[in-house]
Amino acid sequence: MAQATSPPEVVQEDRSRRGGYSSDAAGLGRGRAAAFVAPALLLIAVFLVFPALWVLYLGLTNYRLTGAAAAEPQFVGLDNLIEAVTTPELWNSTWLTLQFVLGSAVIGQVVLGFTIAWLMRDRTGPLKRAVEGLVILAWILPSAIVSFLWVALLDADDGTLNAMLGIPGFPWLLDHPMLSIIIFNTWRGTAFSMMLYGAALGNVPPSHLESARLAGASGWQQLRDVVFPHIRGHILTNLLLISLWTFNDFSPFLLTAGGPDGRSEVLAVHVYKVALQSGELGHGAAVSTVILLINLVVAVFYLRLLRSKK
Amino acid sequence: MVRKRSMSVVAAIAAAGLGLAACGQSSGGGGDTVELTIAANAIAGGKNSASAEHITKWVIPKFEEAQKAKGKDVTVKFVPSGVDDEQYKTKLSLDLKSGKGADVFDFDSIWVGEFAEAGYVKPLSEFVGPEADSWDGWAQIPGAVQEMASFNGKKYALPVGTDGRVLYFNKTLFAKAGLPADWQPTSWQEILDASAKLKSAGVPVPIQLNAGTAMGEATSMQGALPLLAGAGGEVQQDGKWSGASQPVKDVLGLYQKIYGGGLGDPKLQQEAKGRDKSFQQFAEGEVGILLEGDYFWRSVVNPKTGVAPMADRDQTVGYAMIPAIEPGKGIHGQDFVSMSGGGVRTVNPNSAHPKEAFELLTFMLSPDALREETKDGNMRITPRTDVNKEILAGDPLLTFVSEKVLPVTAYRPPLAVYTQVSVALQEATAAIVSGTAPDQAAADYQKKLEGIVGGAGNIAS
Repeated sequence: MAQATSPPEVVQEDRSRRGGYSSDAAGLGRGRAAAFVAPALLLIAVFLVFPALWVLYLGLTNYRLTGAAAAEPQFVGLDNLIEAVTTPELWNSTWLTLQFVLGSAVIGQVVLGFTIAWLMRDRTGPLKRAVEGLVILAWILPSAIVSFLWVALLDADDGTLNAMLGIPGFPWLLDHPMLSIIIFNTWRGTAFSMMLYGAALGNVPPSHLESARLAGASGWQQLRDVVFPHIRGHILTNLLLISLWTFNDFSPFLLTAGGPDGRSEVLAVHVYKVALQSGELGHGAAVSTVILLINLVVAVFYLRLLRSKK
Repeated sequence: MVRKRSMSVVAAIAAAGLGLAACGQSSGGGGDTVELTIAANAIAGGKNSASAEHITKWVIPKFEEAQKAKGKDVTVKFVPSGVDDEQYKTKLSLDLKSGKGADVFDFDSIWVGEFAEAGYVKPLSEFVGPEADSWDGWAQIPGAVQEMASFNGKKYALPVGTDGRVLYFNKTLFAKAGLPADWQPTSWQEILDASAKLKSAGVPVPIQLNAGTAMGEATSMQGALPLLAGAGGEVQQDGKWSGASQPVKDVLGLYQKIYGGGLGDPKLQQEAKGRDKSFQQFAEGEVGILLEGDYFWRSVVNPKTGVAPMADRDQTVGYAMIPAIEPGKGIHGQDFVSMSGGGVRTVNPNSAHPKEAFELLTFMLSPDALREETKDGNMRITPRTDVNKEILAGDPLLTFVSEKVLPVTAYRPPLAVYTQVSVALQEATAAIVSGTAPDQAAADYQKKLEGIVGGAGNIAS
């Protein structure tokens, strides 16, 4: 990736002469460049910007799924937003979502994904293919099917896990709802991190590792002083992507439906419950606005980290 | 190259959009063939399996046949669902909101108001024609049952059935406590007395009266609302909602006597599956008295098809009418009270063939169709008195409900905000179970109510 996007020699000369990037590296001219990006921008506008603005607007109305407010929503200003941020449910869900992101994405998927990539880095042959195949299979299967399998695995009375452990009747999804969905999501999403780190490790020059080994560096020292500095950008990009994905992930609903008593009601599930189950679309849109802001903060945080030491 | 790819992406998305639109289309209008769809929260082998099979195996072939005899080519398709009522409601609302949905669909009568206010359903006579009002079946449907399918005095749907609530009791436990097998309390005090006797006879749960939010609408329908009717109150009367009124305080007071006095099991009210568990405990002979609808008799303790079957149901399970707080103190000066709900079925205002769809609607409520639907132990109270007389004779409880309970029953206000008020009421009972005093819980309820119904002006206390 890094090589493919580095500018050709000509441009570098150009830059040194003018003391900055050329504004027209490809030599297309303003009009044709605009024509090139127009379709993409249009798609982004229609499918990303417009819905986001629409959510902002809906959050200011009392729009409902049914009843008079469904036919003629009224403008209520910031009422929804104030109600959303003053109810404890939202902050409870935010806290659960943080646990979910930290537990399943930042710790679970990253650590497991990196470990698999590191252990498999020099291997070839059937073992590597089998491990990678299984991990990727967990990632590409449709959510509905996967969660059905996990419900069958964790069910209290007839679950496979309880049958294997010999503890029939232990209600995993009721007694440990967060732990269940964290392990589920770690299993589900590890493939992305594994593949990304697998590719990143290929970029670490073998000669550096060799020199470190000759200098007597232990396994951990090699990782810390040679490998991590090389793949720092990959780690941050990976963290950014999987944090945002996990933050907005709805599949925990398929396992626990947010229960029992809201103990696994992560934000995505909370919005669904408010907007669609209770039918308060306006209130749900206000909650979505809060989520949008949290997502922006997370994204800015990672992007700054990514830039800070370039 | 880039541009080409983007264009093909656009084309693909547009194609997908068209495909989706085509999928959502309820019925085609082309040619002489009339295509109709029926949606219900029923699915063969799952939820309400019997009624799904009745539709696919009897209604559809017979209706198509009858239409063919009249020279019309009609094909009917069934769109099954097998999900929670709330999810079915969400799906239905989204379908109707986007101007799509099945031509004929079933829904809970309590949604009539909010669907009508949203414009999702319309008065039948407005788009079906005068035949909607002149249908001969109306004469067989009692006024209160018609009311379930109406909103602001207009008929939006046809009622599919109704139910009533009674006090069930375990005759074996009653004998142990020295109580009569033909028990019929005439005041709340008599219920409390019987519960106390059951308690001293060692019955683990003397009385189960649904409370709390975990049981959802079951707390309102099989708890707070029938009691409120018994205390002479209604959740909404003459356009005003009852706040911290005396009837509300009386109801919460009774909850407090039951759950504060060790006559009921407070934990059971908080568990996620508390209601199912209470059914199980009743079937196992651990619950003395339980307030439920006829559903309990038909589908819970039914020895053949119940979820908590009792082989000796007919001998062991007794039932009594729910008394007012004191004789003559119930709503409309009644001695006994009940609450009723039920399903309704209507024609989608977006249907391309409203007349044929309405014919299908009435066909499904013809005596023949109802007789066919309720045979082989699938007994339920149909909306038609003529059919009920015939089919309910074999079942003592359903006869009791239809003859004694339905004449004194009451219905929930068919308004959109009702569902929110109901949750507030459930929260008030939850507060009592966890130890709050009735007056405090009533005051909290009134406060919440003000937020829901738009200020103190809409509340009578």
